This record gives sequence, structure tokens and C-alpha cells, in this order.
Amino acid sequence: MRFRFEATAIDTNLGRHALQDPAAGGYASFEGWVRDHNEGLAVRRLEYEAYEALALKEGDRILDEAAARFPISKALCIHRIGALAIGELAVWVGVSAVHRGEAFDACRYIIDEVKHRLPIWKKEYYENGDSGWVNCERCATAPRHAHDHVA
Amino acid sequence: MSAPLYGLILAGGLSARMQRDKAALTYLGKSQLDRVFELASRHLSKVFISVRAEQTEDPARAGKPQIVDTVAGGGPIVGIRSAFAQHPEAAWLVLACDLPFLTDRTLTHLLAARDPLRIATAYRSTHDGLPEPLCAIWEPAAAQALAAHQAAGRTCPRKFLIGSDTQLLEPLEPRALDNINTPEEYIDAGRALDAGPRAGSGSNPMHLKIQYYALLREQAGRSEETWETNAATPAAVYAELNARYRFTLAREQLRVAVNSEFSDWGRALRSGDALVFIPPVAGG
Repeated sequence: MRFRFEATAIDTNLGRHALQDPAAGGYASFEGWVRDHNEGLAVRRLEYEAYEALALKEGDRILDEAAARFPISKALCIHRIGALAIGELAVWVGVSAVHRGEAFDACRYIIDEVKHRLPIWKKEYYENGDSGWVNCERCATAPRHAHDHVA
Repeated sequence: MSAPLYGLILAGGLSARMQRDKAALTYLGKSQLDRVFELASRHLSKVFISVRAEQTEDPARAGKPQIVDTVAGGGPIVGIRSAFAQHPEAAWLVLACDLPFLTDRTLTHLLAARDPLRIATAYRSTHDGLPEPLCAIWEPAAAQALAAHQAAGRTCPRKFLIGSDTQLLEPLEPRALDNINTPEEYIDAGRALDAGPRAGSGSNPMHLKIQYYALLREQAGRSEETWETNAATPAAVYAELNARYRFTLAREQLRVAVNSEFSDWGRALRSGDALVFIPPVAGG
């Protein structure tokens, strides 16, 4: 399995080592980190939750697509689940290739698709005591308030 | 501005495989043509039936607004082109007359999803995923290309939609667009309709495993449950669950997975299937 989840800190050295290939002239990686703010709110920590059975299959499909689109040697992606603190590594993508251009391009493709397609959700806990599921709550605000008024 | 939308019921076919006039076949005491005509009339102010010149006085067809074929050739394209010729200003909701399972719900969804800037808006077939041309909205911009299609010797409206800028919708109900072509299919359809709207699932409800994640897990107050239902599709199951839990996410914001693979909302469910409704994702 080349896409996988980790419930504890991701070891990027292990990932990088697994990409080594005598034919590869280079390696590019992307690290996504937990940021201390989002959309104007100060973030204290966050939690990732995943529908793993589907995410593992779809994650491998994304890596296969990257290998079909770009002449690369190897590609891996590791995503954290569970509770994360500010500054922690949330997702890591690594690609080795004969030339740097393909390594960068494939790396970009993989992280973009992972963000859009994998059934992974992020709950942010804010400094002001609120919390919310990213991409889900804003649209949810209106009906919930309307309901409260009725109640 | 979008073109006015009229209805066109295709009733000029030769019914070769049925060996009798399909428009006159009856279900629940009403002819097939009348059923579809009345259904379309509930949604549109102008509905016509498409007929061949020799059919205008036919008892099943007389008394309804007609569009008589003015274009030579064969197949449904002739009826559609004749409608464009008579009302070039209009878009057409084109319906086959042999759609015994077509519902208001499936039509409402199609009409709401219409994109007048495309050539057509159509459902995907539940059988092969390709466009269903005979329960579809054809925009006026299709007229010229359709003429060229026919002039090139092609008669298949489905191939036309495949090769055009067609907006495709996932089917809402599994059997809604099943058409019937043979005497055996007619008998089966009659039995299913006699048995009522829940034919197929009958009095034995299905047991589905529902798993909840993220916001839906919190709003349902559980991670999973077994759901007993007669709902035939994921779309119908979500409507039931939404009525119970008052989720704040509309179905349009979700995707659905059945047995750990992404699925259409119109897929026919079986007892034992595992469903996951997927809220907007936020990985990375």
C-alpha cells in the first residue's frame, strides 16, 4: 500500500528512504503542516478523521494516476489521523523521478487530488472556544440558527 | 435568457418488437401515451405529441396537440427535428411514450437541473452510464447539429448526445427510465405497476448498514447503525435519514459510497449494502 494513514508522527526519513531508486536523479516532497489560523480564526489544535476503507483505495488510485501522467520512479503519500498540534506534520507526499520537473509536477498533482478527493475531514478547535468541521460548517450555520429560533 | 420549454411525447414509432402500437398499451386502465402526456402536462404548459402524417386521426392520438413529422427519414430524430422546425424558439423536453415507470420526481429533478447553455440535459442510463436521449431536455442550439448528424447518415439520438455538449445527471430512481419493447417486458411492467410504487422491495424491507463520519456522525449521534427501509436508492435513504436527524448538509453537498466505493445516488440498493454519506472533505 503506497497511500497510508498514521496515527502518530510521520517519519519522513522512512518515506524518503522507500523512494530511493538507482535510476532516480532526484526526489521532491511536500509537507502539509498544521497552521495556527484559518479564515480569520486563531486555531489551537485540530483532529483528522477518515473513512479509511475508501480513502486507502482512492489514495492508491491517485498515486497510480500520477505514475501514468508523469514519468516518475516511485510515489508515496502518508496522511495523519487523530489529534494534531500546531506545527505538526499533517500530510507528506514524496516522489522520486529521473528528472526534477516530473518529481515536482507529480508531487503537486498528488497533494491537490488528495485534498479534493479523499474522504478525510478536519475539525478545527479555535482559541475562542468554538470548533468546526472545515468546509462543512459555514453552509450549516444558517439552517441551524433558524432551527434554534423556532425552538 | 433560456428558451421556453415545451414537451414532446414521441408517439410515432413503429413498435416493431412489440408487434402492436406501444402508445395504446395500458397500465392501471390508462394508455401509455395518456400517462406520459398527463405527467408532462403537470410540469409544462405546452405539451405536444409527435406523430407520423398517417397517424393524426388515430383514436389514441387524435385530440392532443400534435407535431406531425415534416422531416424525412426514420427514428426519433425525425420527430425531434420536426418539433424544432415548427417551434424554432423552443427547447424541448423529449419523452418516449413507453416509459411506464417515469415519475414526477424524476421529471422535477431533470427540469431543475436544466442548463440552457448546453446542447442538452439528460440522465445517465442506469444500465451503461450513457445519456438517455428520450427523457431529456434538448435546447434550440441542438437543431442545426442534429440536422447535420442526420445528413451524415446517423440516426441514433443517443450517439448525438454522446458527441455533443450534454449535461449528464445521475439517475434518481433505478427503474424510472426503463422502457419496454417486447410483449414480455409489457407483462412484467404491468405486474410491477399493479403491485404499487414499492414493487421490487415489496413488503420485505432491506437492512442497510449506515456509517457516519465527521459532521454527520456528530449530528446523528452515532458512528453506525442498521437502517430498515424500502427506499430503493442512496438518494431516497438520505432523504429518510435527513428527516430523522435534520442534517445541516443538503444532499447536493455530499457524495455517497456503497460498499466502500463511490456510487451514484440512483444506484439500486440491496439488503446488506453498507452506505457512507461523505460530507465535503478537507484532507491535507
